[in-house]
Amino acid sequence: MRPIVWVPLIVFAALAAALAVGLSLKPRDIPSALIDQPVPSFDLPPLWDKGTGLSNTDLASGDVVLVNVFASWCAPCRIEHPFLMDLAREGLTIFGLNYKDDPEDALAFLGELGNPYKQIGADRDGRVGIDFGVYGVPESYVISGDGRILYKQIGPVLPQNRAELRAVIEKASAQ
Amino acid sequence: MIRGWHNMRFGFAQSVRLMAVLLFVLPFTAQAVAVDDAPLADPQKEARAREIMAGIRCLVCQNQSIEDSNADLARDLRVLVRQQVALGKDRDQVEAFLVARYGDWVLLKPPFNLRTLALWVFPPFLLLATLTGLWIRAKGVRRKTSIEPRPLSEEEKTRLAALLDQEGGQP
Repeated sequence: MRPIVWVPLIVFAALAAALAVGLSLKPRDIPSALIDQPVPSFDLPPLWDKGTGLSNTDLASGDVVLVNVFASWCAPCRIEHPFLMDLAREGLTIFGLNYKDDPEDALAFLGELGNPYKQIGADRDGRVGIDFGVYGVPESYVISGDGRILYKQIGPVLPQNRAELRAVIEKASAQ
Repeated sequence: MIRGWHNMRFGFAQSVRLMAVLLFVLPFTAQAVAVDDAPLADPQKEARAREIMAGIRCLVCQNQSIEDSNADLARDLRVLVRQQVALGKDRDQVEAFLVARYGDWVLLKPPFNLRTLALWVFPPFLLLATLTGLWIRAKGVRRKTSIEPRPLSEEEKTRLAALLDQEGGQP
């Protein structure tokens, strides 16, 4: 048989393989455009009167930190919250970005589930969220000591993400 | 007519007709979703803002533009696009602003760059390859039908002579 006979079969196989890989990708996981970029500048007010707000200078703290975008209306945020509490207890600094939320609801949420955040910025109109490229809550960002975005997790941070998160943080801390 | 409707069988032809009507009508219903937020006062700027919005993907619903989508984020992005257009930014500047935050994916029409090369080049390439293949094949078929028959080999000549001899030497 002439080798040309195999060409359509090979083309089909290649196409099928490419499409199979495409199908296995999660369409919700959009790669962040901000990886390795400095965090956008922002200065957000606190959730309660005497609290501390959150600004981009807080994030360039010299340590690797986690920024967690959360809201009381977000169901998966409830699911990830106990794990965030664990991470905070283990010594990871977590900053909260309270996204398009009513401050009272947010405070009730933290009162019920605990507060893992060192500081929280209230992003009531979601403008800072847009600068971060947030398109769904929860999202979490690993920020390097010099204030660059190293890693973005879309959706809840759960115990099964621990190893990956740990690896990113350790690699960044070593630098 | 109406009286007859109850008796009419909903057969294959009717079902095809219904499908055709639905296929025609449904795309228009999607266009009819109203945008609930305040348009810009300047109709020219509003038109430009609308044009830009139609090309921006709603990241929550993914296959709608922010102009069509009712998602919260889409509304926020519409407000943002209008703000930027009101400030006199043009389409490229607004798109660059959004791409810097959300990546190329935020554009419904992917830009032509190294990462999207395969996406843009593959379909025309496939078409060209198919046409070339068909052309070569058609040429081959034409040649096969038009060429002279292959001359008889020595073996065939002797067989033919033997057959002719059997029948008395007259063709």
